[in-house]
Amino acid sequence: MIGNIFTGLIVMIWRVLTDQPNPKGDLLAALPEAMRPFVSVVLSISPIMMIFPGLFAATTWIERKGLGRIQNRMGPNRVGPYGWFQPVADGLKMLTKEDIVPRTADKLVHFLAPVILLVPTLLAYAVLPYGANLVPINLDAGILFFFAVGASTELSVFMAGWSSRNKYSLLGAMRAIAQMISYEIPLIISSVTVIMITGSLSLVDIVDRQAGYAFGFIPHWHVFKPWGLAGFVIFLIASLAESNRSPFDIPEAESELIAGHLTEYSGFKYALFFLSEYLGMFAMCGLAATLFLGGWRAPLPILEWVPSYVWFMGKLIALVLVFIWVRGTVPRLRVDQLLNFAWKFMLPLALLNLLVAAVWHYTAVWNFPTALIWRWLLCALLIGVPYVCLGRGLTGTKKLTRRVYRFAE
Amino acid sequence: MSHITPIAFAIITALTLVSAIAAMSLRHLVHCALCLAVTLAGIAALYLQLGAAFVGWAQILVYIGAVAILIVFAILLTRSSEAEPRPILSPYWGVGIAIAVLVFGVLAKAIFSSSLAGRLPPEKADPTVREIGNQLMTGYVLPLEVIGLLLTAAAIGAVIIAMKDSTSGRLASPPIVPEPAQKNARPETPPAH
Repeated sequence: MIGNIFTGLIVMIWRVLTDQPNPKGDLLAALPEAMRPFVSVVLSISPIMMIFPGLFAATTWIERKGLGRIQNRMGPNRVGPYGWFQPVADGLKMLTKEDIVPRTADKLVHFLAPVILLVPTLLAYAVLPYGANLVPINLDAGILFFFAVGASTELSVFMAGWSSRNKYSLLGAMRAIAQMISYEIPLIISSVTVIMITGSLSLVDIVDRQAGYAFGFIPHWHVFKPWGLAGFVIFLIASLAESNRSPFDIPEAESELIAGHLTEYSGFKYALFFLSEYLGMFAMCGLAATLFLGGWRAPLPILEWVPSYVWFMGKLIALVLVFIWVRGTVPRLRVDQLLNFAWKFMLPLALLNLLVAAVWHYTAVWNFPTALIWRWLLCALLIGVPYVCLGRGLTGTKKLTRRVYRFAE
Repeated sequence: MSHITPIAFAIITALTLVSAIAAMSLRHLVHCALCLAVTLAGIAALYLQLGAAFVGWAQILVYIGAVAILIVFAILLTRSSEAEPRPILSPYWGVGIAIAVLVFGVLAKAIFSSSLAGRLPPEKADPTVREIGNQLMTGYVLPLEVIGLLLTAAAIGAVIIAMKDSTSGRLASPPIVPEPAQKNARPETPPAH
């Protein structure tokens, strides 16, 4: 039996690496009936628990190096070659720091807040299709599950801010919740377009519907459709705000609100907040790749021999790099600008995008030769004209000129 | 995994009941609101155990993601964050129980005398999201539209109440309505002299 289990393990690793179906099959068959469900669950969970926190450690280094390059400085370069071991040093520092809880704080809620933030963030990973045969759970309502578990993060931000008994924490938490609720609406509406077109809430079905290539080389990804392009941009902006990344990092705002709801957290609890923020960002990038960028599908037919999980992780990491790039280049928004942008600009455009998706769906019956061009033009007009009008209208009579610095130039 | 279902049911039910009792009896209102969120999560878990995945996830998305947040915001905006030194049991607890029993009786009678009571459970107990969507858009489209109209009216009403904040002071308006947040965030330009 031990031999069978060992063989099953080897077969599993081989099948995962070579992208074959049912990787866990042989290993589970070697086990007694009662143990199978539990072992299967553990086998699904443990790679997620290893890979994404590992990616988090790598991302902190990449982010600091990248920001350093963008800001014309070196970034971390003391710990190990090129500062590679900086995440290890950071982790050790966080672990050994004193855990300070304010005397007047609500001890239990203060303790629970980071835990309640981390658990739903990890749960969201359960439905993402990581590869052709690497899907932890194929839920009938996968997207709904993703957003439902994400919704409870707001409550934990409130718990963190309120239990600290600190006015900066509370103000920061209120601003963070206002921002997260505001941007959740365009985020969900922009992914509703995908649900409308594919007719399924299951992420596996959504990836399946993006199979194949137009003209032999343009993949049928949703981002290459007018509604998908607009939806992808809206989704990306809203997910920047949902994961509290710059330029929407008002909740942290270390220079204004001394880090908002995180003010009274130190040591390992702070590390948990930090970790779940990055894990949330990775999950969001994974969902964006699944909904709009074809999930684990290859961008070109000749590249289909590359294992599917490589494409998924590549797309996810590319989006994370975009987030870092945006953080290095765009300044932080003020809180009123941020909420105005969500309600007056993002929400109308996201709603219009629903209409664009419907138009695209119902004009699919057009079959004259130049139909594709006309459909594109119609959809581009439907989203482009309101975009320009809203942008002009919201800028109003304010004259935007180049800012002149008296001393800095 | 059918042998763990009763255990899971017992755990979920205990959690829901204990947190519901805590939500009624804790001294601090914010603690009560957080316990209520646990209760709502427990109810969502019960829906999931019954195989109603869509309802369960929608319950979490709406009740924990929005309603619980709305409640804590309302508490923070209307009350001080200190616990009030009053007894947990209201002096009118007898009247309260009487009213609760009365309401329960009326509701129970209404349900048992309606046509719902005699209806048999449907054969297919695992509805897909697609089926729910089809039912909502065909058989139940009128109730859906009526609820939509009601919610729109409520949203407009909330905006109108919140618009008067320059005369009647700070109101406990729902923070997810956009207008008041913007009004508060940006000071109005002073009138020209």
